[in-house]
Amino acid sequence: MRNVTIIKPKKVFSFADIKEVWNYKELLYFFTWRDFKVRYKQTTIGILWAVFQPFITMVVFSLFFGKLLGIPSDGVPYPIFVYTGMLFWDFFSGALSDTSNVLISNQSIITKVYFPRLILPLSSVATKFVDFAIASAILVGMMIYYGFAPHLVGLLILPILLFITFMAAVGGGLFLAAINVKYRDVRFILPFFIQLLLFITPVIYPASIAGKYSWILALNPMMGVIQNARAALLGTAPINWLLISISFAACAALLMIGTMYFKKVERYFADII
Amino acid sequence: MNEPIITIKNIGKRYNITHQRGGYITLRDILANILHNPFRFIRKKAKQVIGTSAKEEFWALTNINLEIKKGEILGIIGHNGAGKSTLLKILTGITPPTEGEIKINGRIASLLEVGTGFHPELTGRENIFLNGAILGMTRKEIARKFNEIVTFAGIEKFLDTPVKYYSSGMYVRLAFSVAAHLEPDILLVDEVLAVGDAEFQKKCLGKMEEVTHKDGRTIIFVSHNMNAIKQLCNKCILLEKGQVKVASDNVESIINQYLSAGMRGSSKIEWVNSGSEYKNDYFFPRHLAVSGTGPIKNNNDIMLSFSLDILKEDPRLNIGYALYQEDGELIYWSSRADKKEHEWPKLKMGSATLVTKIPRHLLNEGTYFIEWIAWLHNTDWIIKQHDAPSIAIQIQGGLSDSPYWTTKRPGVIAPVIDWNIENNDKKV
Repeated sequence: MRNVTIIKPKKVFSFADIKEVWNYKELLYFFTWRDFKVRYKQTTIGILWAVFQPFITMVVFSLFFGKLLGIPSDGVPYPIFVYTGMLFWDFFSGALSDTSNVLISNQSIITKVYFPRLILPLSSVATKFVDFAIASAILVGMMIYYGFAPHLVGLLILPILLFITFMAAVGGGLFLAAINVKYRDVRFILPFFIQLLLFITPVIYPASIAGKYSWILALNPMMGVIQNARAALLGTAPINWLLISISFAACAALLMIGTMYFKKVERYFADII
Repeated sequence: MNEPIITIKNIGKRYNITHQRGGYITLRDILANILHNPFRFIRKKAKQVIGTSAKEEFWALTNINLEIKKGEILGIIGHNGAGKSTLLKILTGITPPTEGEIKINGRIASLLEVGTGFHPELTGRENIFLNGAILGMTRKEIARKFNEIVTFAGIEKFLDTPVKYYSSGMYVRLAFSVAAHLEPDILLVDEVLAVGDAEFQKKCLGKMEEVTHKDGRTIIFVSHNMNAIKQLCNKCILLEKGQVKVASDNVESIINQYLSAGMRGSSKIEWVNSGSEYKNDYFFPRHLAVSGTGPIKNNNDIMLSFSLDILKEDPRLNIGYALYQEDGELIYWSSRADKKEHEWPKLKMGSATLVTKIPRHLLNEGTYFIEWIAWLHNTDWIIKQHDAPSIAIQIQGGLSDSPYWTTKRPGVIAPVIDWNIENNDKKV
């Protein structure tokens, strides 16, 4: 007979899990679709919000940090400098915080229906990715306005940078999501923690500002991503392949640890949530 | 081809009570504990690792063995906390068993709740797709059955209205309709028929019967509604304290066993709170009793007394009882607030005893159950039906004062009603 399922006490991670997630890809699509739809249904300007929000932030940052404080921007206009950084940062921080809350916010579904739980964090990242794609439209507009043309290598490198961001957000998010189920105060600490992270990531300032201590910033994988995104799109510096490789390896490790921890505690979710 | 579609072998499920205790564990508390008393923390951890710590354990299920064949409709009955829902959750994969193995040959879908994942902001149309996907249907499948689902629910006009504007009846109809159009080989259903109006319930039962007979689908059905179990199931198991007490094709006999073995609370004629049962903010139920001991003659009023301590005065607080036949069928509800408002017995802080009577010559000969229920009017249950203090009463004799009628009559009730004559002309 087809479709034989065996239920027994669960072990830790196995490759069958990845196959299972693939089998449930339609549910992944529906969760993403739901989150997206619901979010923009509740605002009057609807989907424009996804464009409006980063745009206004960019304007405010440019006024205060660029004009008034005169923060250097590696020789490119401050608005496009900060926007490039923000684009990746918003994707990362949004995905991280949504992922870590996703189990709690869907607990009524978790306790009533079975599906691979990994679907939920993946769908929050996917939702954020849609936001990222929409917000990118402004960057394209700004690049045309300021007359920046990315070179070919730069364009090729973008998917790698996105993938690193994805791994960092999902890896950290899975870990936090699992902890969040058990310790309910984590979600109150998290926004504060993410805000702190913003200041040790060169989003509103260039890494060069830290001078000889900039290697400390390099411990933060998002620095590699944002630095190189600027290098690729705006030509602020040559692409730093070493930094990319280090970030890639660190995030891959983070993703692995996050996934394994998530799978380890996954079996208790329905019992303790 | 009579190979079992589900084989359950030695399934057991253990919960750690520490996980279950109310309230959330916070990271702050844990960290504060470690800082305050690092040695105790290390000692505790060490004990846990060696396995000598006294962990409170609770086996929700032990040693469950079961074979279910294709086309069977299996009813699972048992007292609250007997492990029915845990068994369903293990079968669906929501929670893994602690030991044992289950083999399932076929696609399984579960309906533990009507409308799982419905989002109030989304329209009926959108929710059909979302809910369908959550229940395990593919997009194509949903699209194919879309019209059927909408017609069955009868919500054509409101398809593009967000479900937050739906009446609760519409909401439930739509939710059930999606679930009813699932096409798994095995369907797990938990108590969902308790919702919706009677007519819709009938429609749903009909739909479930139809699919099992036509497509040979297997259904596992958990319910407190003995009539539904009787009507639908061709096999039944009785769970007691996490174990299968009986399993048999004779559904009727199991139901009787469940009801008469005093598992509906008890066959006691008196209920006394052991100390902390049915704790709530509004009142403390102390004692429920019926006048007299042993069988009651039907030509006496049956006095019921509800002793309680009111802890919080609230005009919405309503206290009453539900009266059931021996097979669990509800006969009626009665509550303290059934009359005009100024005639209600007042509930003030402190101890009180509410008394009421079941009028003489109303019930028939036989055994009845009384459940003490309580709720906040239009708000919430405080003591819910089927999970309430209960007593049994037995009526024997005294059915009427007529020489023509002295023994049990057919029918649920046996009222003695006045008969008079009019226009009695003296013509022949």
